[in-house]
Amino acid sequence: MSQPIKMKPRLVDKIEYWLPKVVMSPTVFLTMVFIYGFIIWTTVLSFTKSRILPVYDFVGFQQYVKLFLNDRWMLALKNLAIFGILFIVICLFVGLLLAILLDQKIRAEGFIRTVYLYPMALSFIVTGTVWKWLLNPTVGIERFVQSLGFESFSFDWLVNPDMAIYTIVIAGVWQSSGFVMALFLAGLRGVDNSIIKAAQIDGASMVTIYSRIIIPSLRPVFFSAIIMLAHIAIKSFDLIVALTGGGPGNSTDVPAIFMYQFSFTRSQMGVGAASAVVMLMGIIAILVPFLYSELRATKNV
Amino acid sequence: MKFSKSILGLAIAGAMSVSAVQAGEVEVLHWWTSGSEARSIAVLKQMVEAEGHTWKDFAVAGGAGENAYTVLRSRAVSGNPPASAQIKGLEIQEWGDLGFLANLDDVAAANHWDDVLPPVVAKVMKNDGHYVAAPVNVHRVNWLWANPEVFKKAGAKVPTSLDELWVAADKIKAAGYTAIAHGGQPWQDATTFESIVLAVGGSDFFDKVFVKLDQKALGSDTMKESFDQFRKVKQYIDAGSPGRDWNVATAMVIKGEAGMQFMGDWAKGEFTAANKAPGKDFICAAFPGTDGEFTFNIDSLAMFKQKNADNAEAQKVMAKLILSPKFQETFNLNKGSIPVRIDQDMSPFDSCAEASMKTFIATSKAGKGLEPSMAHGMSTTSTVQGAMYDVITEFFNSDMSSEDAVKKLTRSVKAAM
Repeated sequence: MSQPIKMKPRLVDKIEYWLPKVVMSPTVFLTMVFIYGFIIWTTVLSFTKSRILPVYDFVGFQQYVKLFLNDRWMLALKNLAIFGILFIVICLFVGLLLAILLDQKIRAEGFIRTVYLYPMALSFIVTGTVWKWLLNPTVGIERFVQSLGFESFSFDWLVNPDMAIYTIVIAGVWQSSGFVMALFLAGLRGVDNSIIKAAQIDGASMVTIYSRIIIPSLRPVFFSAIIMLAHIAIKSFDLIVALTGGGPGNSTDVPAIFMYQFSFTRSQMGVGAASAVVMLMGIIAILVPFLYSELRATKNV
Repeated sequence: MKFSKSILGLAIAGAMSVSAVQAGEVEVLHWWTSGSEARSIAVLKQMVEAEGHTWKDFAVAGGAGENAYTVLRSRAVSGNPPASAQIKGLEIQEWGDLGFLANLDDVAAANHWDDVLPPVVAKVMKNDGHYVAAPVNVHRVNWLWANPEVFKKAGAKVPTSLDELWVAADKIKAAGYTAIAHGGQPWQDATTFESIVLAVGGSDFFDKVFVKLDQKALGSDTMKESFDQFRKVKQYIDAGSPGRDWNVATAMVIKGEAGMQFMGDWAKGEFTAANKAPGKDFICAAFPGTDGEFTFNIDSLAMFKQKNADNAEAQKVMAKLILSPKFQETFNLNKGSIPVRIDQDMSPFDSCAEASMKTFIATSKAGKGLEPSMAHGMSTTSTVQGAMYDVITEFFNSDMSSEDAVKKLTRSVKAAM
């Protein structure tokens, strides 16, 4: 007699146990194949002789040797370092500054917040195109200021091979700092007011309160912001293609553009795959220690 | 749909009383998507359909065909390539070596391709001695496009040598115009550079450097001299040139903001679209110092092996039609290029095309001076071409010395071979 009573909950249990797994499994499967599977495939290709099409003729580390003997690749890495560091640091600084200023209970905060956040709604292609016109010496800012009467004014970074990479930082910061501001603003609003009140009673100035109490307590926000910005920087492709196309010359080449060109337009899939693997290794080398230290720190708290 | 179409095709074939011919389907991957280009390829579609076969258009828009090329590769990898694809230059050989391309020797023999095509062109269309692709047009790359109005105002004359070029450029610059309209993209830098190499070293040298990739020639003083001359171009271009598209540069010449442009004859399409007449509103001349020489850029349709016999038959019909004088005429009138057949009637074409054809025939008969363009992927694989692009564009956009450029070029070509 007891059996049918037991049967029912067991079935429900089973459904409860299996339903989420069944529902999630297509996603898991797709992710496994299209992310991790392709990572493995790319890695395999980087050890082959592949040119136009994938072939499985293994040549060891030859493609990596070719890659690192290529001047353009080294230039691309250097550019990524310049762009990545400046982009992350300036975005954090500008975003934090804007957030702190907005946090002063100013009027029309909602409106101003939208104004700063809005660039994030544009794609990098649009940002790149707009800045391309603004920075073009024959139609943009330089021409405008000269037409105001400052004949000697010169702002030709976009066409100067030594400076072009910095113009990309300008456009990138313009696009992304509003987003960083939004992150920080949320963080600032989450800081416990009573701590600030207590500090004020102790006679601490606003500067001290921000630098000693509020900003250090934003550590998790810094963490998320840096992760977001770092991956935008490393995969940066569209912004640069729209803004400079990698030029003048190869002066704004970055690894993503290098990878695309070698794999898809220059019939050197092996070298392209090797460069993709090196990019992945770069991300892992930066993120894993960072993640590790951050996650351990939060566990200890 | 497909079924009823092939029935219709059969009916037409039957009506035309072509007894043994079965209707097949040709799928053509191309990136002729702009107005004049789409009109040009539509002619081929009509001709194929008039023969009773079906045409499946597989147009992928986007620049120099990078998007289309990526699609093609995924189709090829999955074992389902289209009947035909717009592949050019040495890429044809690479696909042929991988065993994807169909043999067109019987079509070629029946239609005397060997007689109507210059040997240099035929060589590009062959893999391992067999025809695998059909050429649709010839572009001449070493052109100089000039605005006569600007030249008149500056008191300059159209240059015929590099020395005269710099004299004319100085005058135009002094008169307050941009002397040379240039788009600072790697392929445009390379286009200008290869014309200069041709002017400095002549066609034999050009052949050694860009076709045979001769290390000694690449490292020679002539090459250094070419880089020196190339550097001079920089004094005459405007600050806005980096990243500029070629047609925007052409527009500068059309509007009279700039004196001249170095570009292949696709630039003519821009002039005619702006209702300008050759000889009157614009001048087409050989790149200074390369008169009587011809660097070519040929578009072609390579044919992929087909599993279905009817489709293979349709493919051969299409290959035959591509080289027919009628298609060559209509296509090239629309596209601005010249036909590949040396026996083509040139009367419907304009004076620039006629001049181009004259040089094309003369150089192919002489067996000298008809050279594949490096900048447009005719002379080398895309790997070597890319290595050359990198050095040329880096030289042009930095203060690298000509000695270093030559060394770098030699080394990176060797690494890419």
